[in-house]
Amino acid sequence: MANIVIDNIKKSFGAFQALKGVSLTINDGEFVSLLGPSGCGKTTLLRIIAGLETSTAGDVRIGEKSVIGLLPKDRGLAMVFQNYAVFPHMTVYENVAFGLRMQKADDARVKKQVEKAAGLLHIEPYLDRYPNKLSGGQRQRVAVARALAVEPGVLLMDEPLSNLDALLRLEMRTELKTVLQEAGTTTIYVTHDQTEAMGLSDRIAVVHDGRIEQVGTPVEVYNHPATRFVGGFIGNPPMNFITMPVTGGQVTAGAQQFAVPAQGGEIVLGLRGETVERAPTGQGLDMQVRVAEPMGSHLLLTGSILGQPARVILPATETVRNGETVGLTLDPKRLTWLSPENGVSYPAAA
Amino acid sequence: MSKAMNTSGYAGFISARRLLFWSGIVALCAWVLVPIYLVALGALGGRTGAYQWPKNFLPTDISLQPFILFLKTEGVFQSFLNSLGAAGITVALSIALGAPAGYALARYNFRGKDSYRLLVLLTRAFPLAILALPLTVSYIRLGLYDTVLGVGLIHTVLALPFAALVTQGIFLGVPRELEEAAWVFGCTRIQAFFKVVAPLALPGLVATAVFAFVISWNEVFAASVLTVRHRTLTAYLLTVLSESPMHYRFAGGLMLILPSVVFIFAVRRYLFAIWGVSSK
Repeated sequence: MANIVIDNIKKSFGAFQALKGVSLTINDGEFVSLLGPSGCGKTTLLRIIAGLETSTAGDVRIGEKSVIGLLPKDRGLAMVFQNYAVFPHMTVYENVAFGLRMQKADDARVKKQVEKAAGLLHIEPYLDRYPNKLSGGQRQRVAVARALAVEPGVLLMDEPLSNLDALLRLEMRTELKTVLQEAGTTTIYVTHDQTEAMGLSDRIAVVHDGRIEQVGTPVEVYNHPATRFVGGFIGNPPMNFITMPVTGGQVTAGAQQFAVPAQGGEIVLGLRGETVERAPTGQGLDMQVRVAEPMGSHLLLTGSILGQPARVILPATETVRNGETVGLTLDPKRLTWLSPENGVSYPAAA
Repeated sequence: MSKAMNTSGYAGFISARRLLFWSGIVALCAWVLVPIYLVALGALGGRTGAYQWPKNFLPTDISLQPFILFLKTEGVFQSFLNSLGAAGITVALSIALGAPAGYALARYNFRGKDSYRLLVLLTRAFPLAILALPLTVSYIRLGLYDTVLGVGLIHTVLALPFAALVTQGIFLGVPRELEEAAWVFGCTRIQAFFKVVAPLALPGLVATAVFAFVISWNEVFAASVLTVRHRTLTAYLLTVLSESPMHYRFAGGLMLILPSVVFIFAVRRYLFAIWGVSSK
């Protein structure tokens, strides 16, 4: 068990700056996801923590000890790789035992730890097999068991579910959560899949263009995105951004009035599609519906609000025709206001 | 109607292509195999078989006698041992030096990597004949002249470029993530190499060793120039066979050809690694 402090890490590949000064503190036993689109630097950051990549500047401390310059093996961590990286020339048992054997653990301890890890991941029946006889999901379990068997202070996971098919991914996600909760290991989890990050994490760090845009609990990040990027990246459909005129510190939406943290000019409304309700006739913020899609569980409307593209979700019981105009009532507690200049949101309390 | 014509025309084109393809293969195989077969016939057919014309394409009376006679000839056994020694040195040195070079080419990015790769191959473009005299002189000075070690060293020079390039392909075939996993789970770079990379690369490394062996075994020019009494089998046979009866020469020829053909056939798929095609 250990906490991790990432202190102003920078990384350049030639002229390209992959990480532009990243700082993040992860508490002991916490599960933090690094979430971002591909190429944002999240995997690079994970590899720097692991010691598989060197940083250009900055410090990484694991359990209060700087690990910069240490070999991966001396950092007290374990890792699950995207392509599993299960050793093909060893049985499942030897794969899971690998880290312990390298620590020169005695046979009794190896056996005990391997059986414990194999039990957690339900791979006991395959312990004598070679990895080429296993399916992708089973190999993934072996990779996780191998990491847990050494009881690491820190567990790093690099998109561990991305090579599994959708159904298996869902199943493994639930299972990972159970297993990792039981193990209580400090975990850093890299993913580009927001549902994985939302479902698994204690906190999410949204990485974009070599920087951390926001760190927060899944609910915070979802409800109060710090920047336009975060709002647009998280959520399906993504957050709507509607630029609205401000008069005397107020914004008018249909019959509703909202006090906003700006006196005049314009402000951007960040609107989650499922936070609206259908307003009584003539009282709502008008939305011109181009396409209405009944999804069974809900009704998805695509169209425009104040001439700007928008997607909202209404209960499945509503009926809306294509081309119709519907009025929407907004929930004042669930709105985000952003600066139109730099796309940064105003504090939620304002 | 015209459509039917078209399809039959297309089918005709396909079958013509296939015919060309297969006749090409047959011609290439014949180019290599017919001489070997004729040598074998001459070697196994005995004294009469070697001189008989026209040849029977099926051997009439097979006898191993020429072989046994040949093996009993004075000097053959010793030069056979010399060949083994030179080939052994070549294998050991080209793996010991070539595999690390191949590993470096596969795993590290460094300035001038491509030029280095080209340079490695270019050493083979340099004609050995030009080097013969200076090489002989330096060998005499160094005390390497007429020794098995000397021949082994020069054969290593010939085999090393291939060893480096083939092992590069083999190491590229071992996923980097496996090595990284080994580092994370407690290995130093060297431990990771021996515990994870080497076992997975082993078949390819064996193939490289066999290839180096064959290069040394077949080499005749340097071996002839650099030795007088301690000749390798090829060099020895070259001098002896010109004064021997026909069926005898065939037996010697077959002895020289067979190991290489068998070895290369056994490891052929790994040699594709030189073109960057993974051996999997």
